[in-house]
Amino acid sequence: MKIGKDKMLNLYEIMVKIRQFEEKAKELFLSGELGGFLHLYNGQEAIAAGVCANLTDKDYITSTHRGHGHVIAKGGKVDRMMAELYGKATGYNKGRGGSMHIADLDTGILGANGIVGAGMPIAVGAAFALKYKGSNNVAIAFFGDAASNRGTFHEAINMASVKNLPVVFICENNGFGISTPQSAHQIIKDVSVRAGSYGIPGITVDGNDVLAVYENAALAVSRARKGEGPTLLECKTWRQYGHFIGDPEKYKDPEDQKKWLERDPIQKYEEKLLTLKLVTMDELVAIKENVKRSIEEAVSFGKNSPQPSPKEIYTDIYAK
Amino acid sequence: MKKITYLQAMREAVRLEMIRDTNVFIAGQDVGVMGSSFGQTAKLLQEFGPQRVVDTPISETATVSLAVGAAALGLRPLITMEFMDFMAVCMDEIINQAAKMRYMLGGKTKIPMVIETLCGGGSSAGAQHSQCLEALFTHIPGLKTITASTPADAKGLMASAIRDDNPVIFIGHRGLLANSGEVPEGEYIIPLGKADIKRSGSDVTIVTWSAMVQKSLAAAELLAKEGIGVEVIDLRSLIPLDKECFLNSMGKTGRLVIVHEAVGTGGFGAEIAAIACDEGFDLLDAPIKRVTAPFTPVPFNSNMEKEYLVNEDKIFQAVKSLYE
Repeated sequence: MKIGKDKMLNLYEIMVKIRQFEEKAKELFLSGELGGFLHLYNGQEAIAAGVCANLTDKDYITSTHRGHGHVIAKGGKVDRMMAELYGKATGYNKGRGGSMHIADLDTGILGANGIVGAGMPIAVGAAFALKYKGSNNVAIAFFGDAASNRGTFHEAINMASVKNLPVVFICENNGFGISTPQSAHQIIKDVSVRAGSYGIPGITVDGNDVLAVYENAALAVSRARKGEGPTLLECKTWRQYGHFIGDPEKYKDPEDQKKWLERDPIQKYEEKLLTLKLVTMDELVAIKENVKRSIEEAVSFGKNSPQPSPKEIYTDIYAK
Repeated sequence: MKKITYLQAMREAVRLEMIRDTNVFIAGQDVGVMGSSFGQTAKLLQEFGPQRVVDTPISETATVSLAVGAAALGLRPLITMEFMDFMAVCMDEIINQAAKMRYMLGGKTKIPMVIETLCGGGSSAGAQHSQCLEALFTHIPGLKTITASTPADAKGLMASAIRDDNPVIFIGHRGLLANSGEVPEGEYIIPLGKADIKRSGSDVTIVTWSAMVQKSLAAAELLAKEGIGVEVIDLRSLIPLDKECFLNSMGKTGRLVIVHEAVGTGGFGAEIAAIACDEGFDLLDAPIKRVTAPFTPVPFNSNMEKEYLVNEDKIFQAVKSLYE
């Protein structure tokens, strides 16, 4: 597949933006500035970036409790996101959602979701609506290896396949359901084999290789756009931090952690870009510096934005 | 006006709304060729085609979520759950997704969807095909929960539910489907949140809904012969709740009896009683009585089910006890 230099650098920038956003969120959380729970996406950046690079604002995604990466890759603005982490009135959800529920319908983000596996059938509903309206847009459901054991996985993929809906199921297999390793929560190694039960293609790719994700997602998205139905794309990856910030990660084998950190998706991609001589180190540094400035601005926006009035709790429960 | 059944009235409302708005579609188990188990969607497939009358696998979870996702993108899904008991298998999708999406998203989306379901015992259908579970839904902010006791109400409330921009649980009653009554032809709308005084009286207020309206009216007839004038208020819409209607009535009667088919413990009648005490204590001349099912599952054996269900006599006795 041909991919231009601009697109390749754009993938890099998105991954860097996700990484820096997460590192900053972690720092603010540990210093007590942010409340709630924080589930960081570090290590999985290539998946959100590679998948969403195939989408437009008119395509939809459903995300997970580990959703910041998906939102950024789909076009979410980091200042509105950071404001939401601060619970401020200027946040995407006016402070009602927080980290686990960031959504922006204008850019096709139907929301992160606090219930593991709940997003999959909602994406199927979005795909139903897109087909109903006669558009060629698609819906993407992000979920993890552990969510593939929920009934929603079965019902969603079965519904999507029997109704031939334009949806792509992206399984981010990071090896753990909270603390439980994949080997203890399912007997299969590749979640993609489950696609066979639904008569749809199932593919496994290296989720730390952004170009592999991009190219395989492109094929799946293109199938969906052409009315050829759903695909299950599994991306193997590694959650570099714990399930949430504060998780002591006693269940991780230090050897595994070391091995996967050496395969960091951003580091690997940098090396590839430099080896291909598509870019100089100075250019990469410049991208990082730019992103750093935008994250700092986002923090300042979040911090200085007004608090919502407590009386706001009574609004928006029902549409008039 | 013409006389049609409760079932026909529900179907007529759906059909008219589908003609009126092409964003309205139906999805659910057996809604197509079969026209649903009881005929709620009969012949709609022929009229509107498989794109708008969508047979689904037995997948309550995916069906509710399909509605949530489609509604977020601007469609107006009506999904069917043949027996209310089955809604227990898709509670996350109703409680955590449909009901909360608008609020969590800061009001930036609407989820206009209807779950049409049937409740009710009396036919030896057993513990998993007979329950009245409305209280599970009235507890959840973001949901509207409505019932209908007559064919006309079924039509007018169903039309309103489909036009509403929120998730609405429309609870029909299996025992009422064959009842017929006069129903206005053409477009007919009853706003949600408006109770209806089904019988006027000045001595006792009965607050009830769904199939217990008919039972209460029958009891009221017997009580009239004893010189007790009963006002029967059909709440129709549980959420939003028309509390003014029953508080006003209590101002007149000073006595309140609450009648529902569901189990009493944690039932919606307890909420009515609490509101009556909080906001109408000075109006009351007697203790509040509730007539409900006992705290047991619904039994199969017909004699046992008779023991379980509320009937005219139990209502009659409860009202009489206020005068002892």
